[in-house]
Amino acid sequence: MTSPTRAARWGATIAPIALAVVVAVVLLLLAGANPLESFKLMGEGAFSGWTKTGITLMAWVPLVLAAAGLIITFNAGLWNIGIEGQIILGGIAASWAAREVGGPGWVVVPTVIVVGALGGMLWALLAGVLKTRFKVNEIFGGLGLDFVAASLAVYLVIGPWSRQGVASTSGTDLFRDEALLPTVSENNKLSLVAIALAIAAVIFVFYLMKGTLFGLRLKAVGRNARSAFLLGIPTTRYMLGAFALCGLLAGIAGAMQAIGFHFKLIPAISGGYGFLGILVVLLAAFRAAWIAPIALFFVVMSRGSTQLDLRLSVDSALGGVITGILVLLVIMGGGWQLRRRLKREAPA
Amino acid sequence: MSLLLEDIHKRFGAVHANDGVTIEVDEGTLHGLLGENGAGKSTLMKVLSGFIDRDSGRVLLDGQELDLSSPKTAIRAGVGMLHQDPLVFLPLSVVDNFLMGSPGNRILNRAEGAAELRKISEPFGFNFDPEAPARTLTVGERQQLEIVRLLWLGAKVLILDEPTTGISEIQRVDLFATLRKLAAQGMIVIFVSHKLEEVEELCQRVTVMRQGQVIGETDLPTPAERLVEMMFGQVLAASDRPQVEHGEDALVLDDVTLKEGNLMVPDLSLSIAKSEVIGLAGLEGSGQRTFLGGCTGLVSASSGTINIAARDMTKRHYRDFMRHGVHYLPAGRLEEGLVEGLSITEHFILAGDDKSFFVDWDAASTVSKRNIEHFSIKGFHDSPAESLSGGNQQRLLLAMMPPGLKLLLMEHPTRGLDIESADWVWTQILARREEGTAIVFASADLDELLRYSDRILVFFNGRILKEVDARSTTGEQLGYLIGGKEPE
Repeated sequence: MTSPTRAARWGATIAPIALAVVVAVVLLLLAGANPLESFKLMGEGAFSGWTKTGITLMAWVPLVLAAAGLIITFNAGLWNIGIEGQIILGGIAASWAAREVGGPGWVVVPTVIVVGALGGMLWALLAGVLKTRFKVNEIFGGLGLDFVAASLAVYLVIGPWSRQGVASTSGTDLFRDEALLPTVSENNKLSLVAIALAIAAVIFVFYLMKGTLFGLRLKAVGRNARSAFLLGIPTTRYMLGAFALCGLLAGIAGAMQAIGFHFKLIPAISGGYGFLGILVVLLAAFRAAWIAPIALFFVVMSRGSTQLDLRLSVDSALGGVITGILVLLVIMGGGWQLRRRLKREAPA
Repeated sequence: MSLLLEDIHKRFGAVHANDGVTIEVDEGTLHGLLGENGAGKSTLMKVLSGFIDRDSGRVLLDGQELDLSSPKTAIRAGVGMLHQDPLVFLPLSVVDNFLMGSPGNRILNRAEGAAELRKISEPFGFNFDPEAPARTLTVGERQQLEIVRLLWLGAKVLILDEPTTGISEIQRVDLFATLRKLAAQGMIVIFVSHKLEEVEELCQRVTVMRQGQVIGETDLPTPAERLVEMMFGQVLAASDRPQVEHGEDALVLDDVTLKEGNLMVPDLSLSIAKSEVIGLAGLEGSGQRTFLGGCTGLVSASSGTINIAARDMTKRHYRDFMRHGVHYLPAGRLEEGLVEGLSITEHFILAGDDKSFFVDWDAASTVSKRNIEHFSIKGFHDSPAESLSGGNQQRLLLAMMPPGLKLLLMEHPTRGLDIESADWVWTQILARREEGTAIVFASADLDELLRYSDRILVFFNGRILKEVDARSTTGEQLGYLIGGKEPE
């Protein structure tokens, strides 16, 4: 009796992935590239050699951090579109600390990360206060704050923090060595500190949602704020708490971008990992355990597709197209499953 | 011309909202459809106007079966519905609203539309400025606009769903005059209401529904008690239940005025003793819910003082009320009580008094299993709340109540439950009463009110019309009071 439903469940999980592969193959063929060769190149683009692997993993870190934060806000029923801005503010705050705080690396680096985290948290709380106090939907408030944050980054890069004598959007001066994350080797960006932070964030969010009263109450607020309120849960405080924690993780992501990837502040410091994080979490169906592998897949797709551009002159946007289609198909699969279930449960 | 609804069935999950409804209405009749909230009137009218699909049954106009698969086909077949909140687009102009539902994809001709609007409005004495934004119209005028629009679209049957809810007395009189005119022109007008008085005043014939079925049909005027009996059912004599000594005051309201939305419940002064059971009677929306909100801190008093067990709770927050032994169970079990997607165990954790940061899942599921057995909830410790039946949801909610309550407030504690579950619910509530908890409950079930209350407060139009002793009151008297009339 359970077998057909199990088959259906597996079908709904695998079918969209299979379909996405088919779509990818078709797109590659249309672009005049050999699909098999393309997939091989994408893998190579991401992982051939230590340096490339290091870059891929350092791109994975902020995406995982952002996705981990979004698990918290999604469970609280919040669409934290403002996460892009929170990452940017994290990057800006971290950059400020990296430029201003002196001393040896073991003092500066932790300070920079903490300041970045606070910057992201502050920006998230702003969206939270707009929602809870002024009834501004978090999607609109967040989107507005995203633009403000992005503009602030541009202003700082070409204005007060511009390089000596040049006002260019290519970024500020490189930070001092003491302010940068320690890397595994001279010409590899890979930093074990960053990897450890990403893994810690996943474990933290997993246990927060699974094993704590805070997580359970947050779920109650997200699923039915009215019932949660009547059960005596201070819903406003919990929503703000979710914003704060998500902003904290987003801020760390911004700090990682600043002192672990670009080594300076650039206007596009967020790397788009906030929006990408939303896709990761949707694909993971809001479960913390899944975000690490899914984020890796996304990063491989985006880093690998630059290789397609270089070697096969297929536009590198293709990676984005494929991941986007995959998310759409998975969500559609979920909706299809839900419809089927409702139909089954409806009385004849 | 006559309208025939034949053996209409509609189910929503386990609820049989329309259970074989057959109604016939003749040309030129003002026909009332009366029943308490949840009787199935709105469902029936939504079926008739194409908003929801029926499961089975036929609708015939003049012997012709009608296609009612959508509101669009329904109006084409001549059935138009005026909703409780008129379907008016506030930012658009009057004439744009008028033309909104016009068939075809023709380019709008506003001048023609304005002329048509004037032509149809004139006989009724309606006066619209076609260019004025609909926002500037009163609710009564929006209804007029909607009626004119439906007439223009060719409505032969006009359904009005609780049309007097948001309008003033003067507007109501105007509306009734319009409806009489329409009926005089040969139209079928179906007036849906739970207000006895209005149906008596306006209609020539009335159908009474209860629990999804037609209970009876009669020409008007008819004695009100007959309608009350049809609406609420035969009321049995109050059973003799053990007398419990009432203690000191559990709740004291002194000159309290409550305001919620546009409903005002003014000048409440009363005290309720420990172990006392107070029933709140009245038609839905007469102020009972606001009253309960006021006693839990959900609705803040704009004046007066509220004392719970000799502690001043005026202007205090809901959670302060909770901390001081007040518990509230609203009517919507899945909307305002339980959380969809969370398991029984998770509900017990949320309601429990263990506030430690880490959840001890083993201990929690042990507690949960014990409660499931003790409260005989049909479900497993990991069953999500929405998978439980209504009766078991109510059992879960009662099982989640903390011990030692001073005041327990409930809305429709047994609505939709079978007799066994309803009895079980009351056994639990009365056990609380023995512990000294004061009970206040709102109900639409006269039998329940008379059987379990010590005193009954009858609400009418946002006021306590009368306070009666449940022991010396009959169902008939209570029915009169609910309808806003003092029994002779």
